[in-house]
Amino acid sequence: MKRLLLSMLAVASLLGAPGAQAGDARPMAEDPQVEARLISISEELRCLVCQNESLAASRAELAQDLRREVRSQIQAGKTDAEIRDYLVSRYGDFVLYRPPVKPTTWLLWFGPFLLLAAAVFGLIRFLRQRAAQAPAPALSAADKAAAQALLAEAASSDSPPKNTP
Amino acid sequence: MKRFLIPLALFLVLVGFLAVGLNRDPHEVPSPLVGKPAPAFTLTRLEGANQQFSPTDMRGKVWLLNVWASWCVSCRAEHPLLVAFAKEGGLPIVGLNYKEVRGDGETDARQLSASDELALTRKRAAGWLAQHGNPYQLSVLDMDGRVGIDYGVYGVPETYLIDKAGVIRYKQIGPITPEALRDKILPLAQKLDKES
Repeated sequence: MKRLLLSMLAVASLLGAPGAQAGDARPMAEDPQVEARLISISEELRCLVCQNESLAASRAELAQDLRREVRSQIQAGKTDAEIRDYLVSRYGDFVLYRPPVKPTTWLLWFGPFLLLAAAVFGLIRFLRQRAAQAPAPALSAADKAAAQALLAEAASSDSPPKNTP
Repeated sequence: MKRFLIPLALFLVLVGFLAVGLNRDPHEVPSPLVGKPAPAFTLTRLEGANQQFSPTDMRGKVWLLNVWASWCVSCRAEHPLLVAFAKEGGLPIVGLNYKEVRGDGETDARQLSASDELALTRKRAAGWLAQHGNPYQLSVLDMDGRVGIDYGVYGVPETYLIDKAGVIRYKQIGPITPEALRDKILPLAQKLDKES
């Protein structure tokens, strides 16, 4: 109960004082729109220090600097595309989680489709070849007679093997 | 026999891709700045209180811009090489002291005033150079790392070879090795020096 009261007080004091200082989280309160754009841009960018983390998620020092840079560019009125271009011009396409389509990335973008096409082509060829193959040669007369003899022998037998139903 | 050749060929292609891919260092991201003009900046110098430096001051020279900081462990590894190289009079080297205070996780720079941070930066940077030797013609102070971002710095040390027209011609990511200096930087610098 006491805790609830305290937290309500805290909320009230935050609402009452828009310029309230709150350490790291302070810039969030400054302009929610800027922060929302910052997050949407930086989620699409790679942190160069921890390469499998996005710029939005990384706690690396450089990621913090880059977020600050992106934030100041948003505040300066740059568009999302301009900001992305700026970072690409400094760090290369590697910062983008979605690589652009250009000659050096054609293999990356179209390679899987190429493989798929090759596989489908191979499958069709294989199936055609199999269909075109001559049917199995007919049984020779001697073989046929031998098979019939065996079948007749099995049918006339009084005690069929136990494991046949 | 032929039916085994196709899977074998595919396997060899896969091995080829893996051999190339696995031998690459994923931390070496090729810089898009190679071949582009070095980004402009004006920064305070380490040496003088009111002295500034800008890359345009080096027009007409082939020079190295070396990003360093006293907290950077790999810088310590490459530093003797730079000191020896500077003694031989190889190339002018400009030091970009990168986030001397803020990059060091132990000090909370937010609690320092700007002038205190500058004073601490000077003290640490100068102290480190006094201890390990100073290969730099001059050093500039990039306290908040903004210039570093402009240069695409993501791991210290990094070194840029810049030509007479102010165009970046080569970037060394990580410490300069004797091999990189001998096989890449020096031949390229000599070639650039002949260009007018």
